[in-house]
Amino acid sequence: MANDTPISEADVAKVARLARLDIDSAHVHHFTEQLVKVLAHFKDIDALDLSGVAPMTQPYPLVNVMRDDVELPTLDTDEVLAMAPSAEERRFRVPPIIGLEG
Amino acid sequence: MAAVPMTAAAIAEAVSSGRVSAREVLEHFLSAIDAREGEIHAFNLVTADAARARADAIDADIAAGRPVGPLAGVPIAVKDNMCTHGIETTCSSRILEGWKPPYDATVVTRLNDAGAVLVGKTNLDEFAMGSSTENSAFGATKNPLDVSRVPGGSSGGSAAAVAAGFSPVSLGSDTGGSIRQPAALCGIVGVKPTYGTVSRFGLVAYASSLDQIGPFAANVDDAALVTEVISGHDLNDSTSIPNPPLALREAARQGVKGMRIGRVTDLPGGAEPEIEKALADAFDALRAAGAEIVDVQLPSLSYALTAYYLIAPAEASSNLARFDGVRYGLRVGAEDTNAMYGATRAAGFGDEVQRRIMLGTYALSAGYYDAYYGKALKVRRVIADDFAKAYEKVDAILTPTSPLVAFKFGEKVDDPMSMYLCDIYTIPTNLAGHPAMSVPFGTGAHGMPIGIQVLAPALGEQEMFRVGGALESAKAGK
Repeated sequence: MANDTPISEADVAKVARLARLDIDSAHVHHFTEQLVKVLAHFKDIDALDLSGVAPMTQPYPLVNVMRDDVELPTLDTDEVLAMAPSAEERRFRVPPIIGLEG
Repeated sequence: MAAVPMTAAAIAEAVSSGRVSAREVLEHFLSAIDAREGEIHAFNLVTADAARARADAIDADIAAGRPVGPLAGVPIAVKDNMCTHGIETTCSSRILEGWKPPYDATVVTRLNDAGAVLVGKTNLDEFAMGSSTENSAFGATKNPLDVSRVPGGSSGGSAAAVAAGFSPVSLGSDTGGSIRQPAALCGIVGVKPTYGTVSRFGLVAYASSLDQIGPFAANVDDAALVTEVISGHDLNDSTSIPNPPLALREAARQGVKGMRIGRVTDLPGGAEPEIEKALADAFDALRAAGAEIVDVQLPSLSYALTAYYLIAPAEASSNLARFDGVRYGLRVGAEDTNAMYGATRAAGFGDEVQRRIMLGTYALSAGYYDAYYGKALKVRRVIADDFAKAYEKVDAILTPTSPLVAFKFGEKVDDPMSMYLCDIYTIPTNLAGHPAMSVPFGTGAHGMPIGIQVLAPALGEQEMFRVGGALESAKAGK
């Protein structure tokens, strides 16, 4: 099974990239040690027979909740943008998205 | 001038009838904050000026004969992960430091409509991830009963605020025990309502299928009063149950005669002996008050910890993706957006938040999804089914709230697994979506308070408050 080998530093570095966390190798080492312990504890559920059990994602089964299509007040654009790290022409301003990292 | 009453219910009654002004009440609590907040650090922000203006406005309403709500003039502290319009909301994280939300959370609107007076935003473990409030980017909160010990967490600031007499009531959020465990460790009442009974609109999301807002109070009646005010359907939360607000204060006084209370015979062990003893005393007290004690089994309970610590981080890794330096909070500049995201998030999130984001990202990643997250969701179903079977035989269940009383600072903060084990009795409730409350019941090791947890099935708040009220009366009668 996939979780038979303990998580490695390479795994943790990859997960950090997926999670958009730019952490250094000392942190990778530290987190790997801790995650190995935590994941080892999590093996306890392998003892359960879960065949035929449907996954439960929500405690209360509500689906497709819609409200009436009426105009209601919304957020004030200037107030929202005033809290942004950078804004220009009533938009959020960000660095270039493509072209620098291949 | 009349003496300022100390309970929320008595304050609201005295203020509404004009015997005491909202301003007098407020000044009393602001003095208490002035005297001891430097030592306790319950708050990230004390909103004294806004609170004075608000109290004066309530007094003006009363003088003019305008109607005021059921919390008229009641000072309240709110956990700093609930949005307050124009008032800094940080989640005790560097990544949100300085952020002023452009709207109020629904619970904040309802408190305002009820006449409550916001006195401040309380400290928490960053993004509500922790059980000691040591993981705050702005420093730990101290337990007012012994400042060398933690107040519990993640809503440690809200619990400490009530325990220290800074406000008669406060709001916290509970994803795996973050209201009940600090209530137990600080010797007060804490309530996690049924998932969907209190709107999550404006609560900064940690794990959306588990998060629920609820009150802290010094007594069961005040906890019932605040739960009544904040509960009820909200169009802005698509998981809000379309029910009217709960009615609980009468139930809390009703007693437990004829009720069937469950004792879990296969409860995971590990609680301190004084806590086991308090639980036995609680069963005796309920039996003496006319309840029948019935043995029940919850065989899957010991797997709840694993299910929770896979599901909550998985949801967190998705929810916290929004903190990327674009729309609010911290930005660490870089040459492109990807580098900006990585640098901002590494600088802005503390260790525990990064650990849980990585745990969740790993559990959701290709090749591991079925082994971890998928399996955890199935365990969640098994736990809910076990509860359903138990509730065929009983109206409520009693367990300890926490396996230990308040511990010392630094004892667990660098050992995640030992910190996670603090939540062993509280997390099954969140997985099932049920209500639960912690009621102080006796004293344990080092003279620190013990909390007994009352669990009930979904929407079983009235039964839960009957038991909570009976436990409180039994203790008062001794």
